[in-house]
Amino acid sequence: MNEKKVIFAFKDIHIEVEGKEVVKGVSLEMREGEKHALMGPNGSGKSSLANALAGHPNYTITRGEAFINGKSLLEMDATERARAGLFLAFQYPLAIPGVTVANFLRSALKSKYNGDENILREFRKELNEKFQALDIDKVFATRYLNDGFSGGEKKRIEILQMAMLKPQVCLLDETDSGLDIDALRIVSKGINEFAPKDGAVLLVTHYQRMLNYVKPDKVHVMMAGQIVRSGGPELALQLEEQGYDWIEKEVMKAVEV
Amino acid sequence: MEETKNKNTQVLDIGENYAEKYGFRDPEEYFHKGAKGISHEVVEMISRMKKEPDWMRDFRHKALDIFYAKPMPKWGNTELLNSINFADIYYYIKPIEAQGKSWDDVPEYIKKTFDRLGIPEAERKFLAGVTAQYESEVVYHSFKEDLEKQGVIFLDMDSGLREHEDIVKKYFATVIPPNDNKFAALNSAVWSGGSFIYVPPGLDVKIPLQAYFRINAENMGQFERTLIIADKGSRVHYIEGCTAPVYSTNSLHSAVVELLALEGAYIRYTTIQNWAHNIFNLVTKRAVAHKNATVEWVDGNIGSRLTMKFPAVYLVGEGAKGEILSIAFAGNGQHQDAGAKAIHAAPNTSSRITSKSISKGGGRASYRGLVKVYPHATKSKVSVECDALLIDGASRSDTYPTMEIDADEVRIEHEARVSKVAEEQIFYLTSRGLTEDEARLLIINGFIEPFTKELPMEYAVELNRLIELEMEGSVG
Repeated sequence: MNEKKVIFAFKDIHIEVEGKEVVKGVSLEMREGEKHALMGPNGSGKSSLANALAGHPNYTITRGEAFINGKSLLEMDATERARAGLFLAFQYPLAIPGVTVANFLRSALKSKYNGDENILREFRKELNEKFQALDIDKVFATRYLNDGFSGGEKKRIEILQMAMLKPQVCLLDETDSGLDIDALRIVSKGINEFAPKDGAVLLVTHYQRMLNYVKPDKVHVMMAGQIVRSGGPELALQLEEQGYDWIEKEVMKAVEV
Repeated sequence: MEETKNKNTQVLDIGENYAEKYGFRDPEEYFHKGAKGISHEVVEMISRMKKEPDWMRDFRHKALDIFYAKPMPKWGNTELLNSINFADIYYYIKPIEAQGKSWDDVPEYIKKTFDRLGIPEAERKFLAGVTAQYESEVVYHSFKEDLEKQGVIFLDMDSGLREHEDIVKKYFATVIPPNDNKFAALNSAVWSGGSFIYVPPGLDVKIPLQAYFRINAENMGQFERTLIIADKGSRVHYIEGCTAPVYSTNSLHSAVVELLALEGAYIRYTTIQNWAHNIFNLVTKRAVAHKNATVEWVDGNIGSRLTMKFPAVYLVGEGAKGEILSIAFAGNGQHQDAGAKAIHAAPNTSSRITSKSISKGGGRASYRGLVKVYPHATKSKVSVECDALLIDGASRSDTYPTMEIDADEVRIEHEARVSKVAEEQIFYLTSRGLTEDEARLLIINGFIEPFTKELPMEYAVELNRLIELEMEGSVG
């Protein structure tokens, strides 16, 4: 396993939001084909980490480095990061009124591939297939992006975007939140099917339940801006049973010692 | 990569060869170029050259007296308005002696201009007829024979007067009399060109009728006059688009457009105007909708130094409907003062006003609207929606909505919104690989989508392209 190529890595990342440090030195390495889960209680800094890595202007990375496919990420702006293969599925996707889902995807693809129209030749066909796979009604192609969509619909459209844009590294920020059990199953199926086989997926989540469907290779727990524990899938199950308290206590103990 | 590069060069170039791209201009080889300034002599000369009947000549002279007598408007952007120097404008220029009867007769340099505007291509696609106004005179005019056979009249206004004097005399200036406002009076005195359309009763003109307008001579005022009559139960869609060249000194465009929708008739009038940034665009547009008739104004304003334009619908017959859908784009140094008027003068009438504006780089967009419901216009419906989008902090948007509702049982909906392009939206789109400029443009295109979706495909594409150019045009 360990001989596989490192696709995505970041080291000692510190992040500030409005002058306050919310992530305090976080490191991670993901190899080709791996799925990692980044878990933690609310406010632990996991969403900040995902947003900052994707280039959100409100999150300032004050220290550390990050690489996608060996290329240094932090000098790039959000556009360049996306074009380098990074994708962030938003926790709260934004509405773009007047821009249909299909037109948006067409624009994004065209832009990503520098105006190469060939990329759009099979666009309709592919879009239809992916709508079907994600159990999204075809009318959504002509609806305005996220405008009036339910929480679950937005999450499906995020995964649809991932499927269409074919990124190499996917940061999925609480993609499971706000989904009922059926939607969770479909979205998970979508992630399994469309996440890059030769890339890496980081599932940012509060709960273990999605991990029943999307099996992570590794699980990391974040608290107060740091990764306090890493382990295999069993760590997620343990969290599900016992909550985050026990880790917190252990961490506190370690700090005291 | 290549396209990005091209685009970037375009951005850099735009300030430099905008004149070539849009503001290309031909050497001024005019058959007749009158003197600058306005006087009864100029009016007399115009009327004589056009060999007009006496009543029109008298009409022009009376209108000029009204123009002299009326003060400048005391509302709106008075500072800019008062900067117009009426003595420094040509009021009439005739480019060639006779009107070109077919494409072959049109002089080469004019064809070149049309080529760059894409007219012949547009025509090939779906034009029923083209009336292209080059300078004051319409030089090229064609329309499909079957329309002619059906009795549709689609001419330039001068030919309309010559060939259908009875119809013109009956309706001309009945919707907008010269004493309506100072600029309507000026237009009445010196008008030249414009379109004249008459649709006979019951006829549905399936293909839009289109005209392309263009101003070319420096300091030349363009005073076109359009009159459209849709007789009982008929339907027609008229489209005009404008691209004006860039000049260093101010040009004045002051048109008068009159629409009459007789009982049960339907008129849609679509305009996209892209004026050079030094043009004063002061236009009076008004429609009368009779019993069960419908009038729709679809009005897009880009460019110009100052635009003042408030398309109006007078709902004079029971059950009449009026719709005014407009967008305005105000860039640096521009003031778009646009809006709408709906006058309810009969029961069960309805009006809907949707106004969208975009301000950028210190541009200013104003919505100025009037809805009036007279006491007897009971059970009428009114809906007004104004939406302003600010691209940056330096830009400005204001609304001046007036509602005078004097009738009972009137249903009124009114909404006004000012929004900014949210940074979160930009991030969302850039995280998908769009550049910030592309993201902003996509948001703007989405914002005006309710407007563009009402346009024929070709115009929608052109509008989006124009806005793209406007967005690229200024940095920061």
